[in-house]
Amino acid sequence: MVDAAFEQPRIAQPARRPRRASLHYALKRKSTAAFLMTLPLILLIAALVLYPALYSIHLATLNKSMQKFVGFGNFTFLFKRETFWMVVKQSCIFAITAVIFKALIGFIVAHFVHNIPAKGQRKWRGMLLVPWVIPPAMSTLAWLWLFDPSYSAFNYTLSFFGIGPIPWLGDTFWARFSVILVNVWYGAPFFMIMYLASLKSVPDQLYEAAAIDGANWWQRIWYVTLPMMRNIIAITTLFSLIVTFANFDIVRILTSGGPLDTTHLFATWAFQVGIQSSDIPLGASVSLFMVPILAVAAIFILRDVSKRGNES
Amino acid sequence: MSTLAIDKAGPTRKIKYGSISRDRAWALRWSYFFLVLFAIFSLVPPFYMLITSLKSSAEISAATNPWWVFHPTLSNYVELLTSNQFLRFFWNSTIVSVVVVIVTMLISIPAAFALARMKFWGSATLATGVFLTYLIPDSLLFIPLFKMLAVVQDLTGITLLNRWYVLLFVYPTLTVPFCTWIMIGYFASIPKELDEAAIIDGASWLQTLTRIFIPVALPGLIAATIFAFTVSWAQFLYPLVFTTSIDQLVLPVGITTTLIKGDVFNWGQIMTGALLGAAPPLIIYAFLMDYYIAGLTAGATKG
Amino acid sequence: MAEVSLRKVVKRYDDVEAVRGIDLDIADHEFVVLVGPSGCGKSTTLRMIAGLEDISDGDIMIGGDVVNDVPPKDRDIAMVFQNYALYPHMTVAENMSFGLRLKRYPKAEIKSRITEAARMLDITDLIDRKPKQLSGGQRQRVAMGRAIVRNPKVFLFDEPLSNLDAKLRVQMRIEIKKVHQKVRTTTVYVTHDQVEAMTLADRVVVMNKGRIEQIGTPNELYHNPATRFVAGFIGSPAMNFVPCRLEDANERLHIRLTDRLAFPLPGPRAARYQSVSRNEPLLLGIRPEHITEARPHPEPGVEPFQAMLDVTEPMGMETLVYFTLEATQICGRVSPNAGARDAAPLRMAIDLNNMHLLNETTGLVI
Repeated sequence: MVDAAFEQPRIAQPARRPRRASLHYALKRKSTAAFLMTLPLILLIAALVLYPALYSIHLATLNKSMQKFVGFGNFTFLFKRETFWMVVKQSCIFAITAVIFKALIGFIVAHFVHNIPAKGQRKWRGMLLVPWVIPPAMSTLAWLWLFDPSYSAFNYTLSFFGIGPIPWLGDTFWARFSVILVNVWYGAPFFMIMYLASLKSVPDQLYEAAAIDGANWWQRIWYVTLPMMRNIIAITTLFSLIVTFANFDIVRILTSGGPLDTTHLFATWAFQVGIQSSDIPLGASVSLFMVPILAVAAIFILRDVSKRGNES
Repeated sequence: MSTLAIDKAGPTRKIKYGSISRDRAWALRWSYFFLVLFAIFSLVPPFYMLITSLKSSAEISAATNPWWVFHPTLSNYVELLTSNQFLRFFWNSTIVSVVVVIVTMLISIPAAFALARMKFWGSATLATGVFLTYLIPDSLLFIPLFKMLAVVQDLTGITLLNRWYVLLFVYPTLTVPFCTWIMIGYFASIPKELDEAAIIDGASWLQTLTRIFIPVALPGLIAATIFAFTVSWAQFLYPLVFTTSIDQLVLPVGITTTLIKGDVFNWGQIMTGALLGAAPPLIIYAFLMDYYIAGLTAGATKG
Repeated sequence: MAEVSLRKVVKRYDDVEAVRGIDLDIADHEFVVLVGPSGCGKSTTLRMIAGLEDISDGDIMIGGDVVNDVPPKDRDIAMVFQNYALYPHMTVAENMSFGLRLKRYPKAEIKSRITEAARMLDITDLIDRKPKQLSGGQRQRVAMGRAIVRNPKVFLFDEPLSNLDAKLRVQMRIEIKKVHQKVRTTTVYVTHDQVEAMTLADRVVVMNKGRIEQIGTPNELYHNPATRFVAGFIGSPAMNFVPCRLEDANERLHIRLTDRLAFPLPGPRAARYQSVSRNEPLLLGIRPEHITEARPHPEPGVEPFQAMLDVTEPMGMETLVYFTLEATQICGRVSPNAGARDAAPLRMAIDLNNMHLLNETTGLVI
């Protein structure tokens, strides 16, 4: 045994060089395999996400027939148009108001669901998530019908209380109210689900300790629940901000931007300008204005998500 | 805070005795009260869809109580389900969604496995990139994609625009990043010893993936599949931009563009169509709710 | 069946050396335990033998072949992991047969091997269950079964018992020993628990900071530790170390512990330490069982002294007593009838025939 052990290395020595090379080769092969496995993903992202994103910057510098380079021409043109500033304003009103209400309602509903006995929670959660599950284009049609000027089910109901008739989609204020309402209806369940999952992960001992320390209901939320959920609230809010800001379906189906372009968002206006009026460069310029807000939100999300990753 | 604390130590305390269970009961009652309100708010539109879909045109225009159906009829359903055009929409939506789900899984699973387990140069950056891609909305890309496809069509002579199959190329940009992201998370949660045991048992990387990782991460796989399907099924902007001929449309676009003829809204049929269009995701949700919710919440954690 | 040899094996992570040149020969059928504190490189060494980590330098041989660049599946080894690493979606039988199925063994052969291993481990009734339905001890058996059915050249165990509770650990320890007696496969076993190491091993390898401190049978390590680390690591409660000096008085060699406490060394010990410098700072290493209550007729070399006890810990068959000498806390083991009480004086005796003398600076046993 001992002899063999001393003999071995010497015998093995000459054979060692090529073997080292083969290990090196194997390692290289492993990372090659890994690269090949991610290649379709990389190609997809590069060709159908990154390239179009850059291409849209290029498009934004062309004239309507896309034959002449106009530099910032499209942007200066936009800055001079009143509709553009209205779209900016409405996009911000829409996104901020809708996100705030979604977050608030989601938080409150999540608390109520969390409050009731555990065995009933599934049923309620199931019902409350339905708006998120229906394709928004389909559910917005139902809202359109609910808002219908002549047969509005809402106005019918309100008339019993002596209110109305309300021009839900015909008047600027009410049209803005309506698109936000539908967006809140659609998006609040997502917040509810995220908050509920996060509420469930707060250990009960913390509440018990707070209760023993004499914290009341409101103090428990303020000093225990909110700090524990801060990260998930931030992620959900920022994520929803992106999605809401870039919303298309609801406004397109409900108002198509009307009345008088007052409910247009970047997405719907870009669609109208770029596709319906065939001014692709101008449409591209309009949608590019979403980038700064999306980028800021994305950076913060990324920061919070990796923080969350480190915690767990 | 401090004033509150002092208050509590003072006279309010005497109310506390023996009232904890009563407080609880009231809190519970209030919870149920508000939950009922929110549930009504949530379920009004789908309920209204259902009511309207069961009404005849005559009943709709008679302006009776809109919340109730007095002469229920299935004529709207019969009409749509025997209409070749509507069935065509349904078929287009089905084939697009199913193929996109398959393509998504074929791209996401190997990529997620490589990113979760086979560390290579740039893999961490790529994982972050995947997440960022997921945050890029469709409304930012539809114009350049439209122009790009037009250019490709001109160069190659292959008709892409106004064909349902063009959606097979663009939908994966919406599904693949998120599915990859959550699969990375699910794969990363599998203990490292499990693949080491498989390696020692003699499994290759591919065998480790197919015989260990995929079965073990099956719940994640189901969640990702549901996500890919519902996103494909519900997508509205891309088909609206890329397809216009009636026989190429998918459900959401088909219903909104063909059932609304000028100013004539045939609400009974529109609601029936919308309800039928909402049915597949709702049915999946009803049966696989836990997977659906797991997929929804998984996106907020680092993979 | 095969012997395993390591030649100057080194593992570097970036600029940290986790394993710093290990030489080890494991004979065929031998049960060797690598033991040491966490981070000593024992697990890394095992994983290099398994082929889960590539080696930075040196050679590893299994059955006489250098396997440095051989992938794990071709090394003909089986490994049992700390958290069992059972495939959660497979039944016990499927878990055990996975490796054989990958190698396309005939069905009948697989079945007979599983049946035999299951009988040996007493898990025949569990064969169709999923890991989730098993207790910790049962999972451990399945993990061992998975290794046994492969009939490999070498078994590798990576802290297999540390997820079990104390009682089950003792039981599984015996189980592992029985299995080894039956299959006689060369085994390398990693643990941080010195009791496990002592009870299981033919030979124990004590590792510290990426190096081997000492290799030997359990008894050799216990009675003749080579270094302060081994002396302190093996045995529970741990060996006492008391700063001391040698001095000559009344023509006998004495060991002086404090200004007021010195003992004459018994003959053989005095002879052994005669050449040690009288000014060298030294450590007296003495196990607790060699510090007992004073008895009426002591053997030569057993020296009485008076101690003021701090704390006593009755263990039933004995009582552990703690007292301080200068700043050093010392543990002794006395009979439960010796009358030891907290904060009370007790007449003690130290058995210098079993003492160790260590160089304080090098940590080596003299």
